[in-house]
Amino acid sequence: MNQADTAWMLISTALVLLMTPALAFFYGGLVRSKNALNTMMMSFISLGFVSVLWALVGYSLALTPGNNWIGDMSLAFLNGVGLAETGAIVPLTFPHILYMAFQATFCIITAALISGAIVERMRFSAYVIFISLWSVVVYAPIAHWVWGGGWLADMGAWDFAGGTVVHVNAAAAALVAAIVVGKRREYGSTSVLPHSVPFTLLGAGLLWFGWFGFNAGSALAAGPIASLAFVTTMLAPAATLVVWTFLDLTRSGKPTAVGAATAIVVGLVAVTPAAGFISPINAIFLGAIAAVPSYFALIIRARTSLDDSLDVVAAHGVGGTVGALLTGVFAEKSINGLFDGAIAGNPGQVMIQGTAVLAAFVYSAGASFILLKLIGLVMPLRATVEEEGTGLDITSHGEEAYLHVGGATATRHGSF
Amino acid sequence: MKLIKSIVRPNKVDEVKDALAKLSISGMTVTEVRGHGKQKGHTAIYRGKEYNVSLLPKMEIEIVVPDSIADDAIKAIVGAARTGEIGDGRVFVFPVLESYRIRTGEKES
Repeated sequence: MNQADTAWMLISTALVLLMTPALAFFYGGLVRSKNALNTMMMSFISLGFVSVLWALVGYSLALTPGNNWIGDMSLAFLNGVGLAETGAIVPLTFPHILYMAFQATFCIITAALISGAIVERMRFSAYVIFISLWSVVVYAPIAHWVWGGGWLADMGAWDFAGGTVVHVNAAAAALVAAIVVGKRREYGSTSVLPHSVPFTLLGAGLLWFGWFGFNAGSALAAGPIASLAFVTTMLAPAATLVVWTFLDLTRSGKPTAVGAATAIVVGLVAVTPAAGFISPINAIFLGAIAAVPSYFALIIRARTSLDDSLDVVAAHGVGGTVGALLTGVFAEKSINGLFDGAIAGNPGQVMIQGTAVLAAFVYSAGASFILLKLIGLVMPLRATVEEEGTGLDITSHGEEAYLHVGGATATRHGSF
Repeated sequence: MKLIKSIVRPNKVDEVKDALAKLSISGMTVTEVRGHGKQKGHTAIYRGKEYNVSLLPKMEIEIVVPDSIADDAIKAIVGAARTGEIGDGRVFVFPVLESYRIRTGEKES
């Protein structure tokens, strides 16, 4: 048992948990005021349902030996997940129970990320059922493939903190959800604009802060690799932000605030699979390169009828794919002690990384499609025309984000 | 000249704007307002206590047009803002005595 490692993992777990409320602010600012609470609740609700399912079955299905495709039920209901450092899929220097909690926070935010594609029109109940099932049926197996000793790990695919497991996975589900649920009725009209860009900047800032736990915590120790991951997590988004600013300047003459917030997230996503594997200077290159495909993916997506409302695919799908591939380019065994990438003389690694991305994308997209269709058989996936027009804050939650003074009068109900 | 003041559903503003643009009416003032007519409002729940929110968000659109096209403008607004449900809003029409352009100080007819 190493007390420094334990302390760092306690902090990291709290940092990653904070990313989900941060995502609520990032997403919440980007929608119209009548849907602000509903959008933020789509992130917050994951903290409840997905956490509980992770403790009951998700953790065991993801991170036990099982077979090549899925773990087993040996740690279900947290049986055998104790205070000692033994019993986990990887060797630990801190309590097993803390490793379970750290991994839980990843599953929570991955599920919440999907909401960006279906905000402002998906029924809240259908959404909650979808992400709950998704966390068990889709997230757990893919986490097992990469981190639980599954087939992608055997093949030699490397994903430091979840570029494929978290970001490509969530983006594939988001793409399918946007298509199955359909576009917003007012999609394409000028009235569909962000209602609070400061919220979005606040969210991006808090995401960056939490991401230090996500990436540096994935070293699972308070040591040199954690420090490396911390520094690459600082530098890559910085480079993305610089390049994004110039792209904005070239295209519209003005550096936009929503652009800056998006750039930070794209840089963070891209460095996630590479964080503990590449040098800090290469992290700058990685972040800079990653800006370009996501920037143009955003522009192209907006011209299509695909209402991936908050651009989960362009930010997390494209950014995650670029990051995974560049991990196979920039990795250096002299730094990470594990494997080399293309530049260090191992060009085959890029192909392996690409295969992992493709596998995660195909499985996540297919399984998400089936899940949504099954849920659609039991209940409508979409809010009604009237609910969508009025706004989902009032119709789904009975609350408004911005209630004007004099807008409400108390009525007595029952016995007070 | 007539001042046409319309109170419409917030999600109908764009359609009203487009309908007016077809009549080459481009100048307008839009204000976020709250109010109610026959519409009852909705129930909000905060910390377990129920509230009746009777004043609902609406948008007020004001345009000033020559008498000759006032009827067309009213028809366009009503056509664009209607859903057929309670809460579609109202259109009020007022006579305008005079109008001045601030930039030049000239009186418009």
